[in-house]
Amino acid sequence: MNRSRVVLSTLAALAALGLSGCGKDEPPPPPPKAAPPPPPELAIKIGHVAPLTGNIAHLGKDNENGARLAVEEINAKGVMIEGKKLRIELVGEDDQADPKTGTVVAQKLVDAKVSGVVGHLNSGTTIPASKLYADAGIPQISPSATNPTYTLQGFKTTFRVMANDVQQGKAVGDFAVKKLGAKSIAIIDDRTAYGQGLADEVEKAAKAGGAKIVAREFTKNDATDFKAILTKIKGKKPDAVFYGGMDAQAGPMAKQIKQLGISTKFLSGDGACTPELIKLAGDAAEGVYCSQAGLPVDRLTDKGFNERFKKRFNAEIQIYAPYSYDAVAVLVDAMKRANSVDPAKYLAEVPKTSYAGVTGQIAFDDKGDIKDGVITMYDVKDGKLNVIEVQGGAPAAPAAEPGKAAEAPKAEAPKAEAADAAKK
Amino acid sequence: MSAMDYEILLQQILNGLVLGSVYALVALGYTMVYGVLGLINFAHGEVVMIGALSALSAARLLQILLPGLPGPVVLLLSTLAAIPVCMALGYAIERVAYRPLRYAPRLAPLITAIGVSILLQNIAMVVWGRSYHSFPAYVSTEPFYIYGATMTPVQVVIIVVSVAMMAGLMFLVHRTKLGRAMRATAENQSVAGLMGVNINAIISITFVIGSTLAAVAGVMVAANYSIAHYYMGFVLGLKAFTAAVLGGIGNLGGAMAGGLLLGLIESLGAGYIGDLTGGFLGSNYQDVFAFFVLIVVLVFRPSGLMGERVAERA
Repeated sequence: MNRSRVVLSTLAALAALGLSGCGKDEPPPPPPKAAPPPPPELAIKIGHVAPLTGNIAHLGKDNENGARLAVEEINAKGVMIEGKKLRIELVGEDDQADPKTGTVVAQKLVDAKVSGVVGHLNSGTTIPASKLYADAGIPQISPSATNPTYTLQGFKTTFRVMANDVQQGKAVGDFAVKKLGAKSIAIIDDRTAYGQGLADEVEKAAKAGGAKIVAREFTKNDATDFKAILTKIKGKKPDAVFYGGMDAQAGPMAKQIKQLGISTKFLSGDGACTPELIKLAGDAAEGVYCSQAGLPVDRLTDKGFNERFKKRFNAEIQIYAPYSYDAVAVLVDAMKRANSVDPAKYLAEVPKTSYAGVTGQIAFDDKGDIKDGVITMYDVKDGKLNVIEVQGGAPAAPAAEPGKAAEAPKAEAPKAEAADAAKK
Repeated sequence: MSAMDYEILLQQILNGLVLGSVYALVALGYTMVYGVLGLINFAHGEVVMIGALSALSAARLLQILLPGLPGPVVLLLSTLAAIPVCMALGYAIERVAYRPLRYAPRLAPLITAIGVSILLQNIAMVVWGRSYHSFPAYVSTEPFYIYGATMTPVQVVIIVVSVAMMAGLMFLVHRTKLGRAMRATAENQSVAGLMGVNINAIISITFVIGSTLAAVAGVMVAANYSIAHYYMGFVLGLKAFTAAVLGGIGNLGGAMAGGLLLGLIESLGAGYIGDLTGGFLGSNYQDVFAFFVLIVVLVFRPSGLMGERVAERA
């Protein structure tokens, strides 16, 4: 019985093969029209680092989304470098807002031979990581690290596309003293490179403006209970309280200030100036002041950016997504001008950048800071961030695209509004 | 001291009592498990977190289904919804992670506990997302004044509920048959078994009771700070464990005393450490203060303030 089964199955297989060969007897189909061969692809990796876990994961994801949108749009548009079509792969990494993890991740990216890095998010992780990128000669553009030290280290590879804390601290300190009339100020920071650096700058500016610093308190970047230090500050009766740190803590802090019945003005920096702050503080967010190291979202020079972002990620822009978007674009722009994706070759082009991004005109000074950085002061009214004034910025937006010509006269109007708002 | 200084002191003490009540509730969970099993359940802080987040989800659901309910009722119902979730979780952790290792060398369940803690944090991150969730003020957070210090109704509720639950637990452990069985198991597991106590059931019940307290503690922490997120249990668990050790591990009264004491130390420490050290140490060292006290207490009284009570292992 077995042998007949073997014979039967072999016959069946042969028959199948034979039948399949039958199709070949038809006349061969006409050859397809000769499509132009797709251009050879130039695949590169761009690294992006931000805290994707932990209490500011929402900000890290926001940054990564901005970079991802840029990569997708550039890949779709098709940029030609070295005669090949550029295809970028975004290598997104998580540094958990921890300097130790930041350096490990940086080494990982260097070993992966990325062509450029957008990141990190926190100054505290960006600064240590920058040494690794500098040693490897990989250009690094941070979309959100505002601590001045980042560009003062003398590295050729460090850049940032927003204003730094020297400018921001001065703006906030001056605002508190001159516009809010605060004579006694209490300052709290979270002891990270960012929080401490910004708080120090605000202290300098406030003292220069003639105010007295009545308390200098500290917390950690993962604490949620500030009642002890706020109670201590309550005893000093400050006109204003400034917090240098992120929204994950500024929110509860604002709430606890209200719960303790402290009547004071609460200010914070760009780390806290997000929709998340309002969500966490609830109605205690009313009347809180904060600053951002860039243009307001509704004044971005690319009006469609907000819509495209929302459509792609189904989320609101937290704060720095437009900056990571521009950072990727600046890297690619430099690659285009050097006609090379090799960091050794295109690094020299980055300082010469003059690029019209969604956040405005981007050009770097000799240290890698952005020229004509903008600081925007906000307050919270009716549960929304409301622009009070915009300081700095390029004198007039050059008409690189037709739509831009309309921006130049508009740049005057917000300043006039801001002047009115400040007069109130 | 001026009147303002007294007010500040009173405020710090009140803050410390609220903080301490929460630590006490969570410390009870640690101490009970250590008492019967000799195991530090590092995952307990995560059970607190799951309690808070489950209550938040339940509250959101209630708001959709029955929009007209008053705040405190929503809070009560969502707490009642979170309790079974935590009970089931506590039972599951014991059955799956700890029971197979009951007679293994001490290190194995310890590492497993840490592993369960990480696992729960990541599950919570996947289920509820990474961002901080705003826990609405179902009980008012508007301050009222007591002799110049402020308190909010939420804080009063926290203290009252904590005291009630601790009293309930003491009654259970000292005046009921179940409590006697628990104490017997804690004293000597094998002999208790010989006396007719169902050891496995008692251990499971211990975990379940601890998880109930954890669920309530989680809701209270979330209501007090108006925040719930996947990482909130870790540091809280660590501090509550410290409180349990401070008061004497395995000792229920010790856990409560340790919790309250730790809360007060943290609050007063953060408030006065700057003045005490002449500005050398700032308020970001408030944890140092608490752990320093722990070390001093353990050096002079190794079994904690009220003495430890651990099962005898034959």
